[in-house]
Amino acid sequence: MRNYKKYLAAAMSAAMVAGLAVVPAQAEEATGKVYYLNFKPEQAEQWEELAAAYTEETGVDVQVVTAASGTYESTLKSEMAKSEAPTMFQVNGPIGLATWKDYCYDLKDSELYSYLKSDDFALKGDNDEVYGIAYVIETYGIIYNKALLADYCALDDAVIADASEITSFDTLKAVADDIQARKDELGVEGAFTSAGMDSSSDWRFKTHLANLPIYYEYQADGIGSTDAIKGTYLDNYKAIWDLYITDATCEPTMIAGMTGEDASAEFALGEAVFYQNGTWAYGDIAGNDVADEDLGMLPIYIGAEGEENQGLCTGSENYWCVNAKASEADIQATLDFMAWVVSSDTGRASLANDMGFTTPFSTFTEEYQAANPLLDAANEYIDAGKTSVAWCFTTMPSEEWKNGVGSALLEYAQGTGEWDGVVTAFVDGWAAEVAATAE
Amino acid sequence: MNSKSMKKYGPVFLLPTMVAFTIGFIAPFLLGIYLSFCEFTTVTDAKFVGLKNYIRFWNDPSDVFVHSLWFTTLFTIVSVIVINVIGFAVALALTKKIKGTNVFRTVFFMPNLIGGLVLGYIWQLLLNGILYQFQRNLKYDEIYGFVGLLILMCWQQIGYMMIIYISGIQNIPGELIEAAKIDGASPRQILKNVTIPMVMPSITICTFLTLTNSFKLFDQNLALTDGDPSKMSEMLALNIYNTFYGRNGWEGVGQAKAVIFFIMVAAIALIQNYLTRSKEVQQ
Repeated sequence: MRNYKKYLAAAMSAAMVAGLAVVPAQAEEATGKVYYLNFKPEQAEQWEELAAAYTEETGVDVQVVTAASGTYESTLKSEMAKSEAPTMFQVNGPIGLATWKDYCYDLKDSELYSYLKSDDFALKGDNDEVYGIAYVIETYGIIYNKALLADYCALDDAVIADASEITSFDTLKAVADDIQARKDELGVEGAFTSAGMDSSSDWRFKTHLANLPIYYEYQADGIGSTDAIKGTYLDNYKAIWDLYITDATCEPTMIAGMTGEDASAEFALGEAVFYQNGTWAYGDIAGNDVADEDLGMLPIYIGAEGEENQGLCTGSENYWCVNAKASEADIQATLDFMAWVVSSDTGRASLANDMGFTTPFSTFTEEYQAANPLLDAANEYIDAGKTSVAWCFTTMPSEEWKNGVGSALLEYAQGTGEWDGVVTAFVDGWAAEVAATAE
Repeated sequence: MNSKSMKKYGPVFLLPTMVAFTIGFIAPFLLGIYLSFCEFTTVTDAKFVGLKNYIRFWNDPSDVFVHSLWFTTLFTIVSVIVINVIGFAVALALTKKIKGTNVFRTVFFMPNLIGGLVLGYIWQLLLNGILYQFQRNLKYDEIYGFVGLLILMCWQQIGYMMIIYISGIQNIPGELIEAAKIDGASPRQILKNVTIPMVMPSITICTFLTLTNSFKLFDQNLALTDGDPSKMSEMLALNIYNTFYGRNGWEGVGQAKAVIFFIMVAAIALIQNYLTRSKEVQQ
């Protein structure tokens, strides 16, 4: 009996030790494999299906992992430290590239780059290296419910007779104010959806809305980026922000906890007429109370001079990169996969139809155009000869800057802070963050 | 087992734990200290830069580290007192001969079985539901976050501390209490002069646990307020996390903060341990 116990104890402790020493299986494959760290949770399933289809067709292993909303940078940071690091990842523009440049493979000779329609969609290094290639072009503005706006226009003493009359901030404000005042008559909760400042929604204001004063300042000064922003158009920023928080479905004291889903639900259920967001929001709105043909998009007017010719905000902050530190076989496998995604029938159908992307690649011919009423609205503005607003927010100095502006916007809205706080965060914060990241 | 075979087999039985401890704690800890002297994007390719991170940390005017420190300290003081006082009171009540003590003990202990993140989100819903009546929100002001966190932590921790106190109270020899009663001591005197000195070891453990738990609080802070508004409800651990993951180029500074944080937590825990232990009595 004593022996039995002794052996049992020995066996158990051996098992414990063995359990700790899990030897990693060495799978040396000459073919290489792909590991894509996907940024867009909206399209997570489609990417997994596409990866499976590629594996079935070629036998090359493709793994797709999607980072949860708002955690891409932190996920990438920890994934990149692993021995099985992502071979394919993405950066959000020149600022993101500055962090990851050492990890970016030069894509100049890749098949993918040869399909790119314009160099505007490539992220270039100092010596003309191609470090990132945009794979989706997106557009944002003020999405509106055509049916509700038409109902408003039909009311007595409506400020406008047709949606097309909204071509300036003043008209937009007059319409929104009037809708807000007569919301019971129209059966809505407010003119604009809630301006939620939860992290699932605050980027709509601290990043996308803040793009407009930056864009106009860059235009006025004839520059494309700066180390010290002047804040010339901050009064306009204040005007549009005031409009968003006043003519809204909820009190400004409530926005701290309002989420992106809150706003999209309010719009999708017809409780609000206007909703600032972009083409990617279609999936969340579709299939609810608002019919596809009732979806329209207006430029975000902030009262800058010449804004009657302003179009929607179009650009990209999604650039594909290939991990330069991956093994050569893996890099090749990744390049092949990327080329397949944008040139094969399966890949093109998935990107255009399932994911609803507009891409900058020449391979996407007529039959591979995404069906998305918001994209149609965007194209209408381009066809009408309006000037698209560039995505200048990719030149914002850091996430920290955006957070500072976001917090200041929130405090101003709640009444716990002054507008001066936003100005300080915007102007002084910019210079401070440029200095801080240059250290 | 005699002491000879104890010596012989001791290391064998210690080995698994030591291996796990090394992998899970010592190695990352040493790596962490090393990384605080490095500049890096990912932890695998770090470049040694000496004290630069500590200097950047010291000179960073935009940082809320000092505010986080005060917020955390205040929170720790309040929560240690509230949790231990209520936990002890509940333990006293539930060691009296009342009907259904076991049911109550189970009920009070249960919140402790739920993870911090889940608790944080659940309490966010509950508290926002109440604040909604006043057109307010948890993220409106730091005081809401502070009180919210306090309620959450009390709810989660009181049951656990109660269990420790109950076992401490039950270990008091009955004859001591009886002798005190015969000597004519009032219930208040018994509590002050017999019960509390006798449960001093439990008090040491409980204050240590609540103190370090509150000071290192992370999950609940992240889930409940995420530092809002304007990082004003950001506690130290979350501040370090945000510096490391939220600011590109600041990973090393975050690491330096973590090292400083470790020194602070260790110092506080040692001082507390010394202070309460010196009050313990031998039975």
